Amino acid sequence: MIGEWLDIGWVDEIPVRGSRTVQVAGGDDIAVFRTGENRVFALLDRCPHKHGRLSQGIVHGGAVACPLHNWRISLTTGEALGEDKGCTPIVPVRISGGRVLICRASTLKAAA
Amino acid sequence: MKMSPIRAPEGDTREHLIVIGNGMAGCRAVEELIARDATRYRVTIFGAEPLVNYNRIMLSPVLAGEKTFDEIVINGQDWYDDNGIALVSGDPVVAIDRAAHTVTARSGVTLTYDRLLIATGSDPFIIPVPGKDLPGVITFRDMNDVEAMLRAAATGGNAVVIGGGLLGLEAAHGLTLRGMKVTVLHLMPTLMERQLDEAAGWLLKQALEARGQTILTGADTAEITGDGRVEAVRLKDGSVIPADLVVMAVGIRPAVGLARAAGLEVGRGIRVDDHMVTSDPAVLAVGECVEHDGQVYGLVAPLWDMCRALADGLVGQPSGYRPAPTSTKLKVAGLDVFSAGDFTGGDGAEDIVLRDASRGVYKRVVVRDDRIVGAVLYGDTADGNWYFDLLKRGENVAELRDALIFGQAFASGGGQADPKAAVAALSDEAEICGCNGVSKGQIVSCIAKGARSLDAVRTGCKASASCGSCTGLVETVLALTLGEDVEAGPKTMCKCTSFGHDHVRREIVAQKMRSIPEVMQKLHWSTPDGCSSCRPALNYYLLCALPGDYQDDQQSRFVNERLHANIQKDGTYSVVPRMWGGITSAAELRAIADVVEKYDAPMVKVTGGQRLDIFGIRKEDLPAVWADLNAAGMVSGHAYGKALRTVKTCVGAEWCRFGTQDSTGLGVRIERATWGSWMPHKFKIAVSGCPRNCAEATIKDFGVVCVDSGYELHVGGNGGIHVRATDLLCKVATEAEAIEMCAAFIQLYREEARYLERTAPWIERVGLDYVQSRLVPDTAARAELAARFFFSQQFMQTDPWAERAQGAAHEHHAPMARFTPQEEMA
Repeated sequence: MIGEWLDIGWVDEIPVRGSRTVQVAGGDDIAVFRTGENRVFALLDRCPHKHGRLSQGIVHGGAVACPLHNWRISLTTGEALGEDKGCTPIVPVRISGGRVLICRASTLKAAA
Repeated sequence: MKMSPIRAPEGDTREHLIVIGNGMAGCRAVEELIARDATRYRVTIFGAEPLVNYNRIMLSPVLAGEKTFDEIVINGQDWYDDNGIALVSGDPVVAIDRAAHTVTARSGVTLTYDRLLIATGSDPFIIPVPGKDLPGVITFRDMNDVEAMLRAAATGGNAVVIGGGLLGLEAAHGLTLRGMKVTVLHLMPTLMERQLDEAAGWLLKQALEARGQTILTGADTAEITGDGRVEAVRLKDGSVIPADLVVMAVGIRPAVGLARAAGLEVGRGIRVDDHMVTSDPAVLAVGECVEHDGQVYGLVAPLWDMCRALADGLVGQPSGYRPAPTSTKLKVAGLDVFSAGDFTGGDGAEDIVLRDASRGVYKRVVVRDDRIVGAVLYGDTADGNWYFDLLKRGENVAELRDALIFGQAFASGGGQADPKAAVAALSDEAEICGCNGVSKGQIVSCIAKGARSLDAVRTGCKASASCGSCTGLVETVLALTLGEDVEAGPKTMCKCTSFGHDHVRREIVAQKMRSIPEVMQKLHWSTPDGCSSCRPALNYYLLCALPGDYQDDQQSRFVNERLHANIQKDGTYSVVPRMWGGITSAAELRAIADVVEKYDAPMVKVTGGQRLDIFGIRKEDLPAVWADLNAAGMVSGHAYGKALRTVKTCVGAEWCRFGTQDSTGLGVRIERATWGSWMPHKFKIAVSGCPRNCAEATIKDFGVVCVDSGYELHVGGNGGIHVRATDLLCKVATEAEAIEMCAAFIQLYREEARYLERTAPWIERVGLDYVQSRLVPDTAARAELAARFFFSQQFMQTDPWAERAQGAAHEHHAPMARFTPQEEMA
């Protein structure tokens, strides 16, 4: 029986206001973010604009600035903020006992 | 509890006005009073919350994370101090003795009043269902509630909001943004039925559902269940909705308990006359707690009018409150909604409706006897103020009738929308700032009193000082009133602060600030942790101010400086090892060639700065690549940084028949001295061995052109979009002087240029004369600058590649986990 959630590691492995990636074989990486308020989010590691690696951006508030052209992407909705239009798929995250769990179904979708 | 002196100072025989309630109505009433007569009353304000006066309407943006508490403060402690008002906060009044003219607070303090003003506002209505007192069931009324919601949202889960009115929808929006799964329960068939008609209510519901909220209309709550804390909400139809948090936002009731206990006449609210005087002539009441002419109010606009009438009465110039039509303008989840007046239709009322499904726009204007009596706008609310103005003035719209629904620009004749004409056409009474109830006329008179900029208007009359959504309108009023004379405010660093770069930097040095959070705290940053513009700038300013002492914040660095390589559009990196002065060797070239082959780099390129750039390296491979390059004696070339990039040289006297000095040797020595230093922007140097200038030294930030008699030192050159040739800074006789001048120039640039300002625009801004005056005549000042540079360099010249190659900051390179679906399924 395969669970609904994938355990990817400890919350503390992600720098505050930073991110780590989960490599998905055959697909896009997933970027896992930890905000200044200690909340954890996961998004496909791909800006809707020119596919920049969001995991390499500056995390501020509840958003990340894409390293390529500074688009701001909401970590909660995956949507581009401000004047820009576009959306990055989000991956549901759960925190359990300090471990970060991401949604298996969404992760599989990233690999598809 | 915060207490200022509350006993009358010796000899102060003024009448004592006590205000119960430190909220929007109480403080606004005092503001209006002070504006009329600042000295007539001695004022004491009691507040139940341990906070200064803040804008309750703006709690929603705080919940949504768009504002901080500091930003929604209307009057800070300085306002109380400056106006001699005693504030007793965190200590609610619990009793009024009208016979003795005293009030008693919870702490036991009892004060005597001459006039008493009750501004206790309203209490949220709690529906009397089983489970309403369970932990996890809260209201949405004050900062405490917001904090409770934020705590709940931190652990995620399900939230149920009971009530699909304005407040409920804002709570739902905020909680959704905070990551909770939100269900809204609304008893009525459409959302916000008091402000919106059915069509607009339906559009709103569709849009909110598209944003992930579940909206249940006609939902009647039966009970809230849970063992020890809330777990679910059960509806009368039997359905059960899981809930980790329940927010009750079904409505408000005037808070009349204190007044009733004191024997004042109370109906639905505290009964007041047109001058806001209660059944006791010494006691007044204002705001949501009152009932005037059988009506109670829950919006801010009537409250501002009441405060004006109250203050007029207090200074002996009674004007009297007359209820005016109200409008509602709100933005939920980015959706604009506006309504005003009576839109129920009925006898003799005509509806003019415009629907534009593709734009998600719905407009309805209700007209009776050629006059607008109501309006509902959804999706495009730009004309809301105009319709509302026509409505309030009772303007005959017969002539505009045909074009009315298309909005002001169209109806006024011009096919082209001219926002300036639209604002010009507004009457003086038209409200510009909804948050603070400021009309166009008040802004114009504020400008007439000398306000010349947006900031001055904000300070002078509060227009645009709260949520800022009317900033454009205020700027237009400024432009219309002053024309060319409007003063632009100082350009701010970014949207997180109202201060410019120079100011922030001066304060960092003056107040000896030591960290980014400290700067944000002390300079009232408006965002919790800044943005991608200000964080790298602050990190640099602190790094420059505290050499060797400041803990560099990696998360405030742009990716290239965090990974010590240049990100490319496919997410791989390019790597440029340092080649001192552009000179290399067989061993270095061999190591580079090996790296290219070993890591399958698809391209190697010679750069404009005389280096080799290896492309297509994966983030995970960077530490290994660096280890290989380090092994051949090469260090980071900083091609990725706001730092010294390269020192480009020509071969000079050693080989060239025209060469006058050892330009390669000097280039290497300069690069050895200056590498590793962080700067406001990238910094390029070149050394040419003769005036033929093969190293292109006159388009570099610092360029040396060797001549027979010494060295010409040039500054402020730049290739790029706007090519700028250097200015000649000075000429020196020896290499040592050239190196000292280079160090001093860099340090001056590091200390005084703004972040992301290259030397070229910096010199154009401050002037070459200024730069020369700091560096050339005063040898002692120059030596000090150079000394500060070299002091700082001792902490900078550690190869970041070597540290990473040995395993430092491993988390920047390695993935956190790997996932292979095939294996999992096997």
